Amino acid sequence: MKSAVIVFPGSNCDRDVQIALRRSFGSEPAMVWHGDEDVPDADLIVVPGGFSYGDYLRAGCMAAHSPAMREVVKRAGAGVAVLGICNGFQILCESGLLPGALMRNAGLRFVCRDVHLRVENTETVFTRGYAGGEVLRIPVAHHDGNYAADPETLSRLVNENRIAFRYCDMGGDITEDANPNGSAANIAGILNEAGNVLGMMPHPERLADAALGGTDGRAMFEALAGKIAA
Amino acid sequence: MSASTEITPELVAEHGLTDDEYRNLLTIMGRAPNIVELGIFSVMWSEHCSYKSSRHWLKRLPTEAPWVIQGPGENAGVIDIGDGQAAIFKMESHNHPSFIEPYQGAATGVGGILRDVFTMGARPVANMNALRFGHPDDAKTRHLVSGVVAGIGGYGNCVGVPTVGGECDFHHAYDGNILVNAMTVGIADADRIFYSAAAGIGNAVVYVGSKTGRDGIHGATMASAEFDDDSEEKRPTVQVGDPFTEKLLIEACLELMATDAIVAIQDMGAAGLTSSSVEMASKGEVGIELDMDRVPVREEAMTPYEIMLSESQERMLMVLKPGREDVARAIFEKWELDFAIIGRVTDTQRLVLTEGGETVCDIPVPPLVSEAPLYQRPCAAPPAPAPLPEQTPADDVPIGDALIRLVGSPDLCSRRWIWEQYDHMVMADTVQRPGGDAAVVRVHGTQKGLAITTDCTPRYCYADPVQGGRQTVAEAWRNLTAAGARPLAVTDNLNFGNPERPEIMGQFVGCIDGMAEACSALDFPVVSGNVSLYNETNGSAILPTPAIGGVGVIDDIERMATVALLPDADIFLIGETTGHIGASLWLREIGGLEAGAPPPVDLAAERANGDFIRGCIADGSVNACHDLSGGGLLVALAEMALAGDCGAEIALDPGKTSLPHFCFGEDQGRYLVATADGEDLSVRAKAAGVRITRLGRSNGDALTVAGHPPISLNTLRNAHEGWFPRYMAG
Repeated sequence: MKSAVIVFPGSNCDRDVQIALRRSFGSEPAMVWHGDEDVPDADLIVVPGGFSYGDYLRAGCMAAHSPAMREVVKRAGAGVAVLGICNGFQILCESGLLPGALMRNAGLRFVCRDVHLRVENTETVFTRGYAGGEVLRIPVAHHDGNYAADPETLSRLVNENRIAFRYCDMGGDITEDANPNGSAANIAGILNEAGNVLGMMPHPERLADAALGGTDGRAMFEALAGKIAA
Repeated sequence: MSASTEITPELVAEHGLTDDEYRNLLTIMGRAPNIVELGIFSVMWSEHCSYKSSRHWLKRLPTEAPWVIQGPGENAGVIDIGDGQAAIFKMESHNHPSFIEPYQGAATGVGGILRDVFTMGARPVANMNALRFGHPDDAKTRHLVSGVVAGIGGYGNCVGVPTVGGECDFHHAYDGNILVNAMTVGIADADRIFYSAAAGIGNAVVYVGSKTGRDGIHGATMASAEFDDDSEEKRPTVQVGDPFTEKLLIEACLELMATDAIVAIQDMGAAGLTSSSVEMASKGEVGIELDMDRVPVREEAMTPYEIMLSESQERMLMVLKPGREDVARAIFEKWELDFAIIGRVTDTQRLVLTEGGETVCDIPVPPLVSEAPLYQRPCAAPPAPAPLPEQTPADDVPIGDALIRLVGSPDLCSRRWIWEQYDHMVMADTVQRPGGDAAVVRVHGTQKGLAITTDCTPRYCYADPVQGGRQTVAEAWRNLTAAGARPLAVTDNLNFGNPERPEIMGQFVGCIDGMAEACSALDFPVVSGNVSLYNETNGSAILPTPAIGGVGVIDDIERMATVALLPDADIFLIGETTGHIGASLWLREIGGLEAGAPPPVDLAAERANGDFIRGCIADGSVNACHDLSGGGLLVALAEMALAGDCGAEIALDPGKTSLPHFCFGEDQGRYLVATADGEDLSVRAKAAGVRITRLGRSNGDALTVAGHPPISLNTLRNAHEGWFPRYMAG
């Protein structure tokens, strides 16, 4: 199994995800510069967190138009797994791979803390390592994570089982207090129609190492590496 | 200001030079300066750049130890952390700009200190800060807190360096002068450290980073004068930060540093292109010639005066080896940053600037630096603190009520509201997050950890500068020890009022003397630092605030301690408790009094207690540890209980003092520890000559002092977590 990470000017979680991938895949991910259209063959492409192009204009907007992203869109269409984390989620929305948009947090402030996520769909290459309804503890760190979409899109996401994670409390209940950013329906991560593209605001790569205080993010990378049977 | 501007006495005064200083300038130049030269002397001889009031006294601070690779004098201090690696760190103030424009002032403070660290070849791995604001009731405080925190977060988060902790206090003395001190710690290979001394006659002098604009002209001069009612008008002198460019600059510089192209490198900080070029020429004992026409500018018709004095951010100056220009250019073009060869190294030891082929400045560098003014300003002993009354209004308040009020007071409540706005986890090495005694970041790819803390207790420094200076260093050492680290070195950020007032110089010298004693006794040298004077508005000075940033090493992060109390452990107090309530928070918050001498620091006991604790953490016999500071014993225990979500039952014997004084006094050199094997710990402490007292056991969901009603953790948590968000929502 091979993986690749797209690196933009201003990406800053590229190394963190590189380490998580190396650990689970047992091989080095290809680090692909945004200007390269030559994205190597990979079973998984990660669009990492950070502040691509300084979030100038709009978070993720400029990165979505980079040569590497044009190739990522093609690969996604061909069924390659694409994971966008934080700024990566914003980029996937801006590039049209996922519906909706990430607006400024409802509290208007940057928020960095552990949140709880309920796994809503375990039938994907990303989430099959989790049990249905399982509660994960994973950090968020963003200023623009407030997921918004029109009512029609939201009901499609629900009906097509495309919500991967929702913010919940420690016991798994979906409450307003558990929502760190005002996201519609407490959405923390969504899938495309085919289920091979996942965008999520929380950072699974940040709690994939016991020394950092938790390993709830690890099962995602293990599943993607094919270490967890489908 | 054009080249033909006439140099009048008024113009000289506006540039902050005294008559004597100007006379010395004339001697050095042998003629009247032009406006560019006057501007350059003005910033180089400002308090901010020349340390003219403080230099003499700073020499008293110990700066050496076997593990010190580079002490003060470079962009940042460098210490050996073993395995061929070095930690590079410094703290620096951005006080004046942050008061005028809190978001940009704080943001560019972070940007500046990051550059000081990566210019030496280190990858920045952690940011910290030390913040002081005016009283919460002051009309401006909320706005300033909000802007400063957002600015620190906005910059650090984007750059992708975790902001892992810091401190934040409130006091009326900062109403007109807040303090924003930012610290960065980086890691480099010990044999790949970059310095600023230019060398190689004829080598290219290269400008990289952002273009130069008109922002920040005279920033260094502003930082060298008091504020008055017109200071708002100085808003245009505050620089604007671009953390995205900084991130690119970090990556581009580190990529270039991995080659062998660089001879010398220096960031453009205060006084921009002036101080960076003078510094490089002076250290290298060479001359530098710069062509103003080649400097990348973002505004039209900028004069040499403006170009040389601009404090535009995210810029660096380098000297490259011959023939390496193209390698360097390719890297900076990849990162879409400006790259321009703007001059060369000469053998003249002069700073020569040209514009349109004409010389517009020609200054001999050695006297510009060596003959910078140096003052031994008069000192007066600060007045003795107000005496402590026999009985205070706080003595009658039940200890439980006092505890709830203290943990919910502005200076002791949780800082979660602040640190949740900082990305403290990016880089995936933060193994102790904010909220404990020290933050700990893992040294990437190893099992080692760097423990980092910032500390200062200005109310002690005000009441007794010498004890306060000692305590500030001791507390930093203690915080690192409480995490299980070997404290190695400090950076200091000395914030004081107007040095032309003898009582302010008295505070400054007293604090330095106290710090020097503690640094020596604890083998904890100063390797870098910054002095910020003139923190006064209309003659009202801040409390003396010598902030300390301490760094230590943990050999194995599996063997570190946190403040979180675990169930079923014996709780012990280490150190001597006399119930010293002078200058305490209990006295101020519960009794409404700021009086009494601060607690004395016994440096021998400090060292013995700390060395004992460190050993117990390293061998795994102590699993939770917290140093006792503001609020004393009971506040520390409450913080441990909240962090671990575990209660405790303790019994206290106040001995010769009263129970409230025992609970809330701020005697120094003390720790609370929790251990599974209490008997063993007692025996070992006694053998080590360390005072140890068993207090009780951890368990349940309340804090109970025998003979007093239990206080539920929920009550404590609501008080502790409630103040900051409530205040900011105000």
